[in-house]
Amino acid sequence: MSALSREFDVEAIRADFPILTRMLDPDTPLIYLDGGATSQRPRQVIDAEVAYLLHDNAAVKRGAHRMAGLATDAYEGARERIADFIGAPSPDEVVFTKNATEALNLVAYSLGNGDDSTPARLRVREGDEILVTEMEHHANLVPWQELARRTGARLRWIPVTDDFTLDLTDLGTLVTERTKVIAFTHQSNVLGTVNPVAALVEAARAVGALTVLDAAQSAPHMPFDVAALGVDFVALSGHKMLGPTGIGVLWGRYELLAELPPFLTGGSMIEMVHMDRSTFAEPPARFEAGTPPISQAVGLAAACDYLDALGMERIAAHEQALTQQALTGLAAIDGVRIIGPAASPSRAGAVAFDVAGRHPHDVGQVLDSLGIEVRVGHHCAWPLHRRFGVHGTTRASFSVHTTAAEVDAFVHGVAHTIDFFGSLS
Amino acid sequence: MSNQLSALYTELVIEHDKRPLHAGLREPFDTEVHHVNPTCGDEITLRLRLAEGGERIEDISYDAVGCAMSRAAASMMADLLIGRTIEEVAPAQDHFEAAMRSRGRLEGDEDLIGDSIALLGAAKFPARVKCVLMPWKAYQAALVEARMLGA
Repeated sequence: MSALSREFDVEAIRADFPILTRMLDPDTPLIYLDGGATSQRPRQVIDAEVAYLLHDNAAVKRGAHRMAGLATDAYEGARERIADFIGAPSPDEVVFTKNATEALNLVAYSLGNGDDSTPARLRVREGDEILVTEMEHHANLVPWQELARRTGARLRWIPVTDDFTLDLTDLGTLVTERTKVIAFTHQSNVLGTVNPVAALVEAARAVGALTVLDAAQSAPHMPFDVAALGVDFVALSGHKMLGPTGIGVLWGRYELLAELPPFLTGGSMIEMVHMDRSTFAEPPARFEAGTPPISQAVGLAAACDYLDALGMERIAAHEQALTQQALTGLAAIDGVRIIGPAASPSRAGAVAFDVAGRHPHDVGQVLDSLGIEVRVGHHCAWPLHRRFGVHGTTRASFSVHTTAAEVDAFVHGVAHTIDFFGSLS
Repeated sequence: MSNQLSALYTELVIEHDKRPLHAGLREPFDTEVHHVNPTCGDEITLRLRLAEGGERIEDISYDAVGCAMSRAAASMMADLLIGRTIEEVAPAQDHFEAAMRSRGRLEGDEDLIGDSIALLGAAKFPARVKCVLMPWKAYQAALVEARMLGA
């Protein structure tokens, strides 16, 4: 780990996030509880990106001039840093994408792009099965629906229990010899539920299926190690882990990436090009067509430094305490129904809830008037909301810079929302 | 801050949200459309019944699931449009949409848009403009469809 360790001091952390000092109205400071949608960026991340642009900017992996070399070093250095952050055995297993959604699409498309030279394991065909879960973000559901539609494969899903966890009762019949892929989220962006990765990996391995983990919500908030998780592919989002937008990561086992057909094609991903055919580069280049997001990669590496300096264990503990505080506070308010499990060590810091049947847009509007910024709606998990009979929910999500005082203000804000609408009737 | 809120959740909005006018789906109708706001999942099913060779709005019935603003907007719109000719309501429709998209720069004309004037507080909140305009978009689509069918 290249980052220097520092104390977990929330006030010192807040000083790194200039945006947190802004006012929404003259007397309304910002209380940002929407890191689950996009995180704010510390000065260190912004500075790293700016420094690259001011001093080292050039196209990567082409040209013989010195600047091209500096830019390539910065970009490849970022790849190494991210490999280190997620415990990847090699930086060649780290593919930069534009976001986690593209990372998931990359796998879903590549698995449908094979031909007879592609190993059967990496080719989804008619009659095969793809298993997802009922709690997926649309980003880890729609690409698989589309792969099923293109190939004639069958999409199946693991249901969610009334306790907001995956219902593994019928896992034995849901996973069959035909299952090619099990794609699931590490942590639900709505429920906060952290899923049992090991059980799903074991079920997949038993039938030779691939596992694809959506870690967009988990990797920024807990110790994260791809080798320990045992999955085959992982999708990450830069802007949910204090990094820039426009960059995501696909991690994949090298032996799988090495045989996987490309998704997007064009410059930088080829080996030889003739007028009628081409051969492709080795991973990760094979999956990075066109000029990549270079300054964003540099920013993401700086975000990894920032998170590692604080320590992922300490970040998890900090957010865990805030989550408990929020759940306890909300549970004491009449009319609030939490859509997610009770506080527990395996429950992460996304807290979604319904306020007395009030539409979440109305709830969010009142909270916004207090400077409290939360997410409202179905959070790109429409089927999950349908499962619990709600059109949408209000969701608070906690970050490294969130304070206990902010969580208090949020809980009071929710109580105020009920009073506000009560007073109008 | 409470001023902002009271500009949004006016008495009229709350009244229409709680006791929406002309709500529920009715027969007969010429066309039915279903619109969704994919960002928040709000939905409206709207039925349009025309009379007088397609020139007069005989009935608008609807089923709206959404926030207070969108439900009130549907109620106010139905109450404004029912019984009037399409020609009569076209200026109201144009004016309301322009005012809603003006970020608060355009003051509404109550004579034209009736109770819907109470929705203009939402014009300053870009995220809410869609909520308010959804019923109107549904009406427009139902009308286009009715015309294509020659109702």
